[in-house]
Amino acid sequence: MSDGTIQPALQIDALSCVRGDRVLFRNLSFEVGPGELLHLKGQNGSGKTTLLRALAGLLLQESGEIRWNGKNIRSLREEYSRHLLYLGHLNGIKGDLSAVENLRIAATLEGFTLSESRAWEVLEEIGLRGHEDLPSKHLSQGQKRRVALARLLANDARVWILDEPFTALDVAAVQLLQEVIHRHVENGGMAIITTHQEVAMIGEHTRTVTLGQKHA
Amino acid sequence: MLEPFFWIIRRDLTIAMRRRADVFTTLIFFAIVVSLFPLGIGPEPNTLRLIAPGIVWVGALLASMLALEQIFSADHRDGTLEQMLLTPQPVALLVAGKVLAHWLVSGVPLVLMAPLLGLQFDLSWDALQTLIVSLLLGTPTLSLIGAIGAALTLGLRSGGVLLALLVLPLYIPVLIFGAGAVEATVSGLGGQSHLSMLGAILVGSLVLTPLATAAALRVAED
Repeated sequence: MSDGTIQPALQIDALSCVRGDRVLFRNLSFEVGPGELLHLKGQNGSGKTTLLRALAGLLLQESGEIRWNGKNIRSLREEYSRHLLYLGHLNGIKGDLSAVENLRIAATLEGFTLSESRAWEVLEEIGLRGHEDLPSKHLSQGQKRRVALARLLANDARVWILDEPFTALDVAAVQLLQEVIHRHVENGGMAIITTHQEVAMIGEHTRTVTLGQKHA
Repeated sequence: MLEPFFWIIRRDLTIAMRRRADVFTTLIFFAIVVSLFPLGIGPEPNTLRLIAPGIVWVGALLASMLALEQIFSADHRDGTLEQMLLTPQPVALLVAGKVLAHWLVSGVPLVLMAPLLGLQFDLSWDALQTLIVSLLLGTPTLSLIGAIGAALTLGLRSGGVLLALLVLPLYIPVLIFGAGAVEATVSGLGGQSHLSMLGAILVGSLVLTPLATAAALRVAED
């Protein structure tokens, strides 16, 4: 924003995180630019989720800096949230509301209006045809995940942060999600994902960061 | 700007309508607590009239606290709360919407029920009117203040007891002026000054508590 020529990017500078008395990662620096996909790897407990939560701005204490367009996300806060879509382990959908209601409320909170007909379209695209109107608590685990993932299709956020997005999905849904992520990156978006599945994250702009290799 | 605020209220009201049982538990708890006192103390009308304002108010206070736990816990469990913190909307505004919805569901029924319970204590019409007004001004404050405690105890194992310890002391001023207003009416002094104080406390908490609650929620999701 300060200088218009620079493309928006997410910079992570000397980020360290301590949970309890355990160092999860130390002095981590990397950058994600437009059209790039970052695959975050590491064993269980190596701090992947923590790092993603830090990138989303959910963690309050960490040393180091996360910058969006050159500015610390702490000072940007809502301005940064506007460009961000975070999907964690929890689906973030209400069991008492239907898929359509869930999707429309999420959209309103994210600052745009999603018409009812568009919500139905998106849900059909994600493979929930015939389940749009049911209370989400009656859906299966994989279907609930699909409701959550439908936000990716409805949203135009630049940065996607996806924590294990492939869990509970069937083969068709995994493929669909891969396509969706691929399309997003092709269109100049950024995606940061963790996954244990060996999914073909195609594209020359895929980078990997592996956590927990060297410990201090 | 205010659209998300109204959507949050609508969302929470819709959910509450689909889980009506939760609303009734609070209400029945209120009725039972208040009805226990006449049974325990005996049917002496003068004694009952004397203790009525305090008992109805304490009952409302406990019932309101009982309902508090639900205000954020479900959203915390299913992840919608962390999503709320990540939206471009001011969190305090969303909190205000949630508290308002919570009050409409748990506070307003208490206000409507209170005059019925007051009749058990042989309260005069004037006293009943003051009781309604004092509860109308007081219960939103209880929800607003209680929301801070609910946010602070999110995700803790013995959250319920801790919530009571945190929140009940903060309820004291509301209790004093609320019950005081009714007492003053019963004794013929008029409860206006007490009601003004309740109004002032309400305005103050309306401005300050959503900010505190929003900060507490950020800590809870850390």
